[in-house]
Amino acid sequence: MEKFTTLTSTCIPLPIENVDTDQIIPARFLKATTREGFGDNLFADWRYDKAGNPIPSFILNNPTFSGQVLVAGKNFGSGSSREHAAWAIAGYGLKVVVSSFFADIFKGNALNNGVLPVVVSEGFLAELFASMEADPKATVTVNLEAQTIVNNANGKQESFDINSYKKGCMLNGFDDIDFLLSNKDKIEAWEVK
Amino acid sequence: MKTLFDKIWDAHVVTSVNDGPTQLYINRHFCHEVTSPQAFDGLRKRNLKVLRPEKTICTPDHNIPTIDQDKPIQDPVSRFQVDTLTKNANEFGVTLWGLGHKKNGVVHVVGPENGLTLPGSTIVCGDSHTSTHGAFGAIAFGIGTSEVEMVLASQCILQPRPKTMRINIEGELGDKVTAKDLALYIIAQQTTGGATGYFVEYAGAAIRALSMEERMTVCNLSIEMGARGGLIAPDETTFSYVKGREFAPKGEEWDKSLAYWQTLKTDEGAKFDKEVTYQAADIQPMVTYGTNPGMGMGINQSIPTLESVDEAGKISYKKSLDYMGFAAGEKIEGKAIDYVFLGSCTNGRIEDFRAFANFVKGKKKADNVIAWLVPGSWGVEKQIREEGLDKILVEAGFALRQPGCSACLAMNDDKVPAGKYAVSTSNRNFEGRQGPGARTILAGPLVAAAAAVTGKITDPRSL
Repeated sequence: MEKFTTLTSTCIPLPIENVDTDQIIPARFLKATTREGFGDNLFADWRYDKAGNPIPSFILNNPTFSGQVLVAGKNFGSGSSREHAAWAIAGYGLKVVVSSFFADIFKGNALNNGVLPVVVSEGFLAELFASMEADPKATVTVNLEAQTIVNNANGKQESFDINSYKKGCMLNGFDDIDFLLSNKDKIEAWEVK
Repeated sequence: MKTLFDKIWDAHVVTSVNDGPTQLYINRHFCHEVTSPQAFDGLRKRNLKVLRPEKTICTPDHNIPTIDQDKPIQDPVSRFQVDTLTKNANEFGVTLWGLGHKKNGVVHVVGPENGLTLPGSTIVCGDSHTSTHGAFGAIAFGIGTSEVEMVLASQCILQPRPKTMRINIEGELGDKVTAKDLALYIIAQQTTGGATGYFVEYAGAAIRALSMEERMTVCNLSIEMGARGGLIAPDETTFSYVKGREFAPKGEEWDKSLAYWQTLKTDEGAKFDKEVTYQAADIQPMVTYGTNPGMGMGINQSIPTLESVDEAGKISYKKSLDYMGFAAGEKIEGKAIDYVFLGSCTNGRIEDFRAFANFVKGKKKADNVIAWLVPGSWGVEKQIREEGLDKILVEAGFALRQPGCSACLAMNDDKVPAGKYAVSTSNRNFEGRQGPGARTILAGPLVAAAAAVTGKITDPRSL
């Protein structure tokens, strides 16, 4: 997994609530047997028409907005446990998703793929959308070590939560399997209990 | 004083990370073709084996056709994915109930029916509807593919401990109000994200009165309000369902297990992080009108007005109703529909087929409706035939398909065309869930049966 420390980037606004993983990556794209290539189909049914042409009104097809941070309405990533949603977001080149609320399974899947979910207050989120609307080149700065996010357009800062174990994994690019297997004696001890 | 959840969780802690997740031992891992190939690949890359192969069961279900299963799968990409599961199961020495196997079926249907789902156990699968197994008093939840790899490699998973919520349903459910209606009612009250971060225990008289299959329907839908999972304390209903099933404990082992299972209940006075109570009498046959399962209402009610939605949610609400072709404030009872789907891990069990068949007995399928009746497993299919339900269905103009996830997520050819309305007993009405542009109205088996014979959204109590 890639390391994550700090990031300053422009953002892509998606002010829709309850964006479910079926929208992030529709089921018909889940037939692949590798982790690669999902970025091309991120938000496929909102992004392309039936003939496969980009729908100009959708934000990913709007050249005014780009960046490595997706800013979305509350309850992002609900529904299916498909990790393909996290692969699609990472595959598109996004490093951070900002929302006021995330679904649990998606949050875990994102962290396991080096995508940082940043939970902000409703007020901070509303202001961030407003900043982007006023200036599409508005940026945020996310600092994982300090657990802070700054809306650079208005200078406002918020702290976000992440458990220290997962934070360590992200900062160092570690994953969970090494940790789990390092406890093999404890696993065996549990089994004979 | 502990909750049922605490008792099971604490009994499975291998170790804990300071200010971090718990390493939890997993008793049973179910595996299907869609969310596992990258996990097996990961093991190969790390040169790892499956630590406890006897605890993993694989069955293809998401991708498989529901006709001509004896022939090669037409779609080459689907075929490759299903073949990859076979190859991985063989290479890593785990059990496979492949296509054509008499135990094949939807993973959350075949687990319980074969006695693999047991009270007090921890169960995971790369599928969010793993919450189904909580009906037996188990901690069961969906996981991502990286976590599937963790379980294969270590028989453990790292999980932050969720908060606990108890949902009490008091009183008795009314006539023709099903477990699905009960679940859709709870989700409508909680909203699609209202239980996020919680593990739910369902309790109260109306829950105790449910059969095992009805309990599975309720627990199955826990994820649709964001809950990590949902569970119900095991009781005589649970024990008599499990007893005698192929992989359930036998003889002395059964007695020992039963003695333990009987201790699995929330202690009096144990505290939940949140507790809510609803009255069964308030619950009507339910339908959804929007594009998430929280957008549900009694079948006679009207869609909420735009004014009733908070400011930040208005764009999403309008988008949702536009997609469905519905107007805020209107009723949907009486509207014409095009498709009916009976099946899925939510409502693909024998009781669902009994309810549907008994309702349509002596009636005829409406000409404007295409109906897909898809048993959850070959076990269910066999029982349908043994009970003669297939004859009732054929008589009424219906045909049975072969088991699989089918139109619940439309990964195979069972896709609802764009713009068409489907009354579906499945679990998600998300945009495009049943095919690009498809419009899904979630409902229970009786509302589905009523729609199938009238061709309209119909209150089953009116027929």
